[in-house]
Amino acid sequence: MDPFFVWLLFQYFYLLMVKTLSSILVIVAVLSCTEQNENIPDEKENVEVFEETETQPSKVVEQDNISIEVYDFENIQPFIYKNNDRINVVNFWATWCVPCIQELPAFEKLKAENPEVDMTLISMDFTQNIESDLIPFIIKNNIQSDVVVLDDPDANSWIPKVDENWSGAIPATIIYNKDKRVFYERSFTYEELAKEVQTFKK
Amino acid sequence: MKQIKLILPLFLIACSGPAETEEETVEVDSVETTINEEDIVLAESGYSVGDMATDFSLKNIDDQMVSLSDYDEAKGFIVIFTCNHCPFSVAYEDRIIALDKKYKEQGYPVIAINPNDPEVNPDDSFELMKERASEKGFTFPYLFDEGQEIYPQYGATKTPHVYILEKTDAGNRVAYIGAIDDNSKEPENVTEKYVENAVDALLNGNQPEVTETVAIGCSIKFKEG
Repeated sequence: MDPFFVWLLFQYFYLLMVKTLSSILVIVAVLSCTEQNENIPDEKENVEVFEETETQPSKVVEQDNISIEVYDFENIQPFIYKNNDRINVVNFWATWCVPCIQELPAFEKLKAENPEVDMTLISMDFTQNIESDLIPFIIKNNIQSDVVVLDDPDANSWIPKVDENWSGAIPATIIYNKDKRVFYERSFTYEELAKEVQTFKK
Repeated sequence: MKQIKLILPLFLIACSGPAETEEETVEVDSVETTINEEDIVLAESGYSVGDMATDFSLKNIDDQMVSLSDYDEAKGFIVIFTCNHCPFSVAYEDRIIALDKKYKEQGYPVIAINPNDPEVNPDDSFELMKERASEKGFTFPYLFDEGQEIYPQYGATKTPHVYILEKTDAGNRVAYIGAIDDNSKEPENVTEKYVENAVDALLNGNQPEVTETVAIGCSIKFKEG
């Protein structure tokens, strides 16, 4: 047989193989895209639902030029699903929670050093203790982050909505941006927190 | 996870058009990793409903050692990890006493355990446990998890954290894990008494309808290694 013809035949099958292989590659890739998308937490879809303007505090406590808004869970959701281009850090804490107080300076420092970070401190202090405990604590420690109070008695119904694995222990933290969202039931040092936030930077 | 890692290079090849997509892929991968590690940690620590709970020998506020096996007559136990300092524990003290009074006679005594390390939180020392118990008139044992070996086996993460155990031939079976009721702060506004409902069901020979609940609580304090 003509060697040139054999070469042509070889080329033809080679091309055919490459083509088939690349189609398989594309199909696998597309499938993997779909699979990955399914695994992304679907909270992103909710972002549009909660606009900050819709939110309504159930109570506002004012003292010493500090105004603390108290929300039930439904109305606090805009704080944990902000639709912005920033890195949002939400910390669940209380003045009576020792490990919370210990890690608070790390959150304050993070906010001070990262203009792209939006910090919200959601206090679980009892509403009747806002004037006696929370506001004095904010003044004494010169807290710069936004502080709001969550007061919703039926914790069993809303804790799983924050994260299905949350046992309800505080401190707890959510870090999220438009692309991802991670929940942490743990304490942070500044270094640990900064490292975690770094993974949200583009 | 492995599977996703394997197909990731293929995905990168196929989607390498816009650089942005590529970045997103890498981020997604790290999210997956974080979540999976947490899941593993959760799965490995603590009991689920249906597991057999370990017995223990812990020092009570009367300086006597207490074990579940001491209770020959009990049909089960209401084990509550609680402490002195936590406002949610304090808010529940009267309700815990009421539970013990109501159910001890029926075979389900309350066994309270303080899981905290007093070096981290001095309010939870053994001496102050004795003081608090006498101030409030605790009718149940208030045990000190010295060395913090028991609470991690149960998987308690916070105070108060309840484990209802049903005594069976195979051991003390976990029948309920979670909160005492659905309103920590205002006992007068409670609508669901989770623990009472669960114990009532067990006393009637049934399993509780609600077997797991969550509530806000104080994370258990341990010395960082």
